[in-house]
Amino acid sequence: MRVPILRLGRVLLTSLPADLTDQQVMDLQIDALALIQAGKADGLVIDITAADVVDSYMARILSETAKMVKIMGGVAVLAGMQPAVALTLVEMGRDMIDMETAFDLEGGVAKVGRMVASRGGRHDEVPTA
Amino acid sequence: MTKFRPPDRSEPEPPPGDETRAVVDIRAQDDILRARQASRGAAAAIGFGTVDQTRLATVVSELTRNALIYAGGGACRVLTRLTARERSIVIEVEDSGPGIANVAGALTRGYSTGGGLGLGLAAVHKLMDDLTIETCPGHTLVRAGMTRRR
Repeated sequence: MRVPILRLGRVLLTSLPADLTDQQVMDLQIDALALIQAGKADGLVIDITAADVVDSYMARILSETAKMVKIMGGVAVLAGMQPAVALTLVEMGRDMIDMETAFDLEGGVAKVGRMVASRGGRHDEVPTA
Repeated sequence: MTKFRPPDRSEPEPPPGDETRAVVDIRAQDDILRARQASRGAAAAIGFGTVDQTRLATVVSELTRNALIYAGGGACRVLTRLTARERSIVIEVEDSGPGIANVAGALTRGYSTGGGLGLGLAAVHKLMDDLTIETCPGHTLVRAGMTRRR
């Protein structure tokens, strides 16, 4: 089963279930990038409140997704990491998660909004002289 | 004179001894999740805290994925030992794949032959107290242990 992606205004929201297979993480990346490419959104918030394990594979796919979104012109934020997961990721090594983060979904949406606004959204009009 | 003893409200601890808590065949991605849950359950059963449970589940995830990617599958065993002073858990992941040609390299961040980032075994090494790797073409056994004082 694919992880559902919701759209709230210009932001995509997705909440990862506790147990996620490698394939589901990969599918999520593809689905999110397709929606952003299609012009449905400027940003993506991935909520991982429910995830009790983030291993090196998942950390890599999430970080890569964020980089892809960024070079496409958007913003991706990871929200709601459990303390035990954060501690484990830090112990595993430097920069396991290389992307923007927020405490929770609300903070994630706000962060996407701020970052998109600060550098101009996709539909900003071209300034005329 | 009878000494005052506070009532014992602690959780009943399981009796001391060794136990095989789970054996999970690793054949598909779902089995990684099953092995993860089994290790978390076993760790909780002998009194490991949430952070250690998370470390263990993460380690199981790394090791079983390695077995799946590099050897097409294998088996994961979760063993526990409880003594008067210590609680420990050992994760064994065995496969009959090609083996790890360069064990020292595999323990180094950034080394990978499977298209990954090469963070898996290095991460396991950091999260666990001891790690032993027996490997040759046709058989690999990775044993990772964590011990805590009771």
